[in-house]
Amino acid sequence: MADPKADGPLVKVRDLKMYFPIHAGLFKSHVGDIKAVDGISFDIAPGETLGLVGESGCGKSTVGRSILRLYDITGGTVEINGSEIAHVDRDSLRSRRPMMQMIFQDPQASLNPRMTVASIIAEPLDEHLKLNPDERLARVYELMDWVGLNRAFAKRYPHEFSGGQRQRIGIARALALNPKFIVCDEPIAALDVSIQAQVVNLLEELQDKLDLTYLFISHDLSMVRHIADRVAVMYLGRIVEIASRDTLFAEPLHPYTQALLSAVPEPDPSYERNRKPIVLKGDVPSPANPPQGCNFCTRCPKVMEICRQIEPEIFHFDNGRQVACHLYSDNMTMTAEPTDGEITKKINKETVS
Amino acid sequence: MPDAASPILDVKGLKTVFRTRGGEIHAVNSVDFHLRPGELLGVVGESGSGKSVTMMSLLRLLPSPPAETRSGSVMFDGQDLLKISNEELRNVRGSKIGFIFQDPMTSLNPVYTIGFQLAEPLRTHMGMSKAQARARSIELLELVGIPDATRRLKDYPHQFSGGMRQRVMIAIALACDPKVLIADEPTTALDVTIQAQIIELIKELRQKLGMAIIWITHDLGVIAGIADRVMVMYAGQVVEKGPVSEIFEDPQHPYTQALLKTVPAVRGARAEKLQVIEGQPPIVIEAPAACQFRNRCQFTFDRCEKENPALSEIGPPGHRAACFLLDETVKQEPESVNG
Repeated sequence: MADPKADGPLVKVRDLKMYFPIHAGLFKSHVGDIKAVDGISFDIAPGETLGLVGESGCGKSTVGRSILRLYDITGGTVEINGSEIAHVDRDSLRSRRPMMQMIFQDPQASLNPRMTVASIIAEPLDEHLKLNPDERLARVYELMDWVGLNRAFAKRYPHEFSGGQRQRIGIARALALNPKFIVCDEPIAALDVSIQAQVVNLLEELQDKLDLTYLFISHDLSMVRHIADRVAVMYLGRIVEIASRDTLFAEPLHPYTQALLSAVPEPDPSYERNRKPIVLKGDVPSPANPPQGCNFCTRCPKVMEICRQIEPEIFHFDNGRQVACHLYSDNMTMTAEPTDGEITKKINKETVS
Repeated sequence: MPDAASPILDVKGLKTVFRTRGGEIHAVNSVDFHLRPGELLGVVGESGSGKSVTMMSLLRLLPSPPAETRSGSVMFDGQDLLKISNEELRNVRGSKIGFIFQDPMTSLNPVYTIGFQLAEPLRTHMGMSKAQARARSIELLELVGIPDATRRLKDYPHQFSGGMRQRVMIAIALACDPKVLIADEPTTALDVTIQAQIIELIKELRQKLGMAIIWITHDLGVIAGIADRVMVMYAGQVVEKGPVSEIFEDPQHPYTQALLKTVPAVRGARAEKLQVIEGQPPIVIEAPAACQFRNRCQFTFDRCEKENPALSEIGPPGHRAACFLLDETVKQEPESVNG
C-alpha cells in the first residue's frame, strides 16, 4: 500500500513554522512567540501513512492543523496534491478543502450535539456540492455503510452513540467529499482499548478501499507502529527523526526516540522484569523559551558540549531516514540540504526493513 | 511474596449500585479480593468496568445518593470499613490508606499552596505542629524527587508540570506512612517518558517503604511491569485474577485473552491486522443473571445466557477465572484451553 509513485509525494511540507505570539503588559505588546512548530519538513507519498509521534505539547497537533491551514502559518510551504496551500487566499483555499480533511481527537467535542448524524455527515456535501435530496441521502447512507454505522441511526443525535460510534460519524464526515489526504489527530486517544482496535482497523480498511493518504498523529507508539508506514518523531516543535516504521522501531537512532521507545511498557511480565527503560530527567522545556542549541539538550542522556551551542543539522541515511543529532555527524562525508529527500550516505549498521 | 501472610485488606462480596432515573446501575457486583502486606495488586479493565468505583466504595468516597453500597465487607486493620462510623473512617482515609487520583490537576486544590496541602494530612492525622509538618513536607517532596523542595512549598499547583503534580499527589498520599496505597490510573494523564519516571519512583518507594499498593489501570503494559497479582474486571465483576505471569502468559477468560490480543506491541512481531473485540461493554441495569461478556465472546454457548459464572480455581494456586468454558474443558480435555 505504501509504494511511493513515480509522480512524487502527495504532501510536501517544507520548513513549516507556526509561532503563536505572546502578548503581555498593559498595551498587550508582542513580547515573544511560542514556537509550536519550528521549521519542519517532510513528504508523504500517495497511499502512505505517516505517523507523527511525540509527547503532549511537542507541536504534533499544530503540525496537522497547520498543514490543512486551520491556522495561518508563520512560514514555510505546504503542497498537497500539487497545489499550494500555505499562501493562498480564502476562496481558492476553500475550493481545495474537499481533498484534505481531518478526523479529530474528541468525537464528543467535534460533533454538533444539535445536529442529527445524517445532517452532520451531509454538511460537507451541502457546502461543496449541489446534490438533490435523493442523491444527498444516498451518499449519506453510502458513507454510513462504509464506516459500519447502521442506516437506521441516521436520524439520531451524537449523544445517543458510544465513543467508538461517534468516532465513526467523524470519519464518515471526513470521507464525504472523497478526500485524498486525511489528517487523523489522535483519533483513538479518547477511546477504550477494545474500541481502539475497531477504529484502527476501520481506518486501514478505508485506506485500502479509497486509496487514502494519512497523517496519523498519536502519542501511542504501539498503535503508530501498527498503522504507519513511516514515522516522524517530534520534540519541542522539531522533527528529530523520520524513518520507515520497521527501521525506526528496530533501531532508533536519535537519543529521544530511543528514550521514547524504551519507555513504552510491554504487556509481558518476564520481559518487563528485565526491561531497563531510559528514564529521562526533568520535563519538556517551554516552547516559548527553547534551550540554545539542540532542543533536547536539557534532557538528553548523551548530551555533548556542541549540543548546547549549535542546533544539529538533519543527517540523511539510507531509505530516506533522517536524524537531527550531532551524534551522527561523524558518519557523514557531506551534509545534505535539510530539505533534500535523496539518499546521501550509508551507515554500516543499516537495518533490514 | 509468601502466600501465608494474612491479608492487610480483605474485600468480600462488595456490591455497589447507582440509583438513577433509568433504574439501578450495578456498577460493582460481588467483588472479592484481598491484598497482602507489601504486595502490588494490578486492577485492569476498560472504562466503566467498575475499577474505580470498587476502590472508591472501599473508602466510602462515592456520593450517596446516587451510590449505595448494598452488601459486602471490607476488613482492614481488624475493622469493617463499611460499618465503622464516619469519624473512625476519617482516621483511615489519607492516613492508613492513601489514595492517588488519576488527574493531578483536578485533585489538587488550585487556591492552596502545595505546602499547605501537604501539611494538611500531617496536622490532622499525625497531630504535628506547623514546623514539624513543614519539615516532613520538605522530606516528602524530596522523597518523590522534586528538586528545590523548600522553595516549591510556596508554589501553587498550576506552577507545576503534569508529572511534577503527580509527584505531589504521591507525596500527599504517602504523607502519613499508609499501609495501603490505592493508585487510580496514576500515569494515564501523563506522557510515556513521564510515566516511566513515575513508575520507577513507585517501584523505588515500594522497596523503601514496603507498603501494599493497588494500581488501577487500563494499560496492560504498565501492569506487566509492576504487579505481583492482577485482577481483570469487566462490567462490574472480576472475571479473572491470578499471579501476573499467569494472567499474561496463560490467560483463561476469553475477555482477558482478547484484551491482550487487541494491544499492538512496540517490540517483537507486528500483527498485520489488529484483533478486535466486537461490540461494546454493557451497561448493567439489572442484577446480572447471565455472563456479562456473552455478547462479545466468540466462544459463547447456551449456558452463558442462563447463569452468571462464578470465579473458579484453575490449576496454579491463586489463578481463578469466571467462565463456563473452563468447567467444560477442564473436565474433558485440560490441554485445549491453552491452545
